[in-house]
Amino acid sequence: MANKKKLPSTFPNMLIVLTVVALVSALALAFTYTATKDARELAKLKKTLKALEKVLPEFNNQPNDEKYSVSGYEELEFYPAKKDGNRVGTAIKTYSDAGFGERIWIMAGFDTNNKIINTWVVEQKETPGLGTKMKDAKFRDQFSGKDPATFKIEVKKDGGDVDAITAATISSRAFCEALERAYLALTKGEKQ
Amino acid sequence: MEFVIIIIGAIFVNNIVLNQFLGICPFLGVSTRLSTATGMAAAVTFVMTLATLVTYLVQVILLKPLKIEFLQTVSFILVIAALVQMVELILKKVSQPLYQALGVYLPLITTNCAIMGVALLVFKKNYSLVESVVFAIATSIGFGLALVIFAGIRERLELYEIPEGMKGAPIALITAGLLSLAFMGFSGMV
Amino acid sequence: MSFGKELYRGIIKENPVLVLLLGMCPTLAVTGSAINGLGMGAAAAVVLLSSNVVISLLKNLIPDKVRIPVFIVVIASFVTVIDLVMAGYTPELHEELGIFIPLIVVNCIILGRAEAFASKNKLLDSLVDGVVMGLGFTIALTVLGSIREILGAGSIFGWKFVSEEASTVLLFILPPGAFIALGFLIAVVNKLAKQKA
Repeated sequence: MANKKKLPSTFPNMLIVLTVVALVSALALAFTYTATKDARELAKLKKTLKALEKVLPEFNNQPNDEKYSVSGYEELEFYPAKKDGNRVGTAIKTYSDAGFGERIWIMAGFDTNNKIINTWVVEQKETPGLGTKMKDAKFRDQFSGKDPATFKIEVKKDGGDVDAITAATISSRAFCEALERAYLALTKGEKQ
Repeated sequence: MEFVIIIIGAIFVNNIVLNQFLGICPFLGVSTRLSTATGMAAAVTFVMTLATLVTYLVQVILLKPLKIEFLQTVSFILVIAALVQMVELILKKVSQPLYQALGVYLPLITTNCAIMGVALLVFKKNYSLVESVVFAIATSIGFGLALVIFAGIRERLELYEIPEGMKGAPIALITAGLLSLAFMGFSGMV
Repeated sequence: MSFGKELYRGIIKENPVLVLLLGMCPTLAVTGSAINGLGMGAAAAVVLLSSNVVISLLKNLIPDKVRIPVFIVVIASFVTVIDLVMAGYTPELHEELGIFIPLIVVNCIILGRAEAFASKNKLLDSLVDGVVMGLGFTIALTVLGSIREILGAGSIFGWKFVSEEASTVLLFILPPGAFIALGFLIAVVNKLAKQKA
């Protein structure tokens, strides 16, 4: 049905409309970005804090305010945990790209002797029902209390000491890679 | 070696259609005839590779440095739409019969979630530019493969008696499900 | 057109997913659980409604030759808004749905309604169309998500009703199960739609 009131498709009209639409869109999005910034950062912070609580012993500082990175492992995030001013542990947010889906992020907590306290999966997109089992305590508990100096963080299939998730070797390997990366960063990296 | 894993992963293990669920609309819509299926696969390969390359550069050169990453969705889809227009014009000049055969499916490549999906995924997987392009080519090969196999099966399916309620989409989807199940067998490969 | 008739059209007779076969990608990808299906449906419905309204309002100001790019910018903008808002206020759902939130922009339902309806109809009609189509999409996704979650994980909306060790049909939350479940769901709806006709 012909709409007589419609703006004709002349070059100036098209150019003006496209420019205006693009500008309005960009402005609206910039506005929304700023308006949601606090909420988004808070959501991120909550997520990090939850992970920290799961992998660290009792602490009363703000690890997030004191986070740092180390040389050679710049993408990892180090969160120092202190109780009454004394260092009680370090949580490291580490990653692996060796999984099936997108980059996996895990939080690994180490005590002052570089032994693993606990691990927590922060982000993963592995196969549901299989690789996603890395979130379960059943898989992660085997790492708690282990000393990576003696406990080889590789799946048994690759000669290590880790029990892989049944039918999810790739995801298990990726988890190990992330954890090993954290340990190497902890022991070899220098605080920046 | 890394590239081999990316390639095998993209074509078989994490097949874009049968495992990642991207590109379903054209998958169901164009797979009734083997000839249109192959034409579509070729068009998607071209657009997907080019789109991934351009959107990657847009992100790295424009969006990230200027801190306007929130414009990613808008800019990426505009790039893709522009590329599809370009492909349409080229096809019109180069191969009229193919242009006719693909018909309305050509502009629909813009809304092919596989293309936008891959453009977004390469950043989630933290691929380099080269890895991204390899991934795009391999993914489109996987798309083409799934499409062609499916078209072959559907052409055969037309010769069988199918219960009334199952005709069309339902039987196509169940077939796709079985194909997806078959491809799951590749998970042990990498 | 009565609202009731419109509701029937959007939810059953012309259900965008189950009858028109649009928007399949998110339908199959995020319906591993009922809550994901509901969340995805709601997010897409909001975008659909918003873009229908804006496009209908601007329909006489958009020159015909540039209508598709304009529609795309409008839709993509609303998608980005939803993406940002969800990241801030529904972070778990945002993470679960992942790249399928920005992928709402290529959901053929939204561009399809913009082109076929909103750009040619009055504001109120476009609004209603957005609402009923959005509802149809959301209901379809929630139903499919529920089916897959019940069979595949023994839970509904996260509430597990079988024991921890019970074996569920894992297949249903995996890709093949998605295809098969949707196939049967469409077959059932087809049968129902034909009977009512």
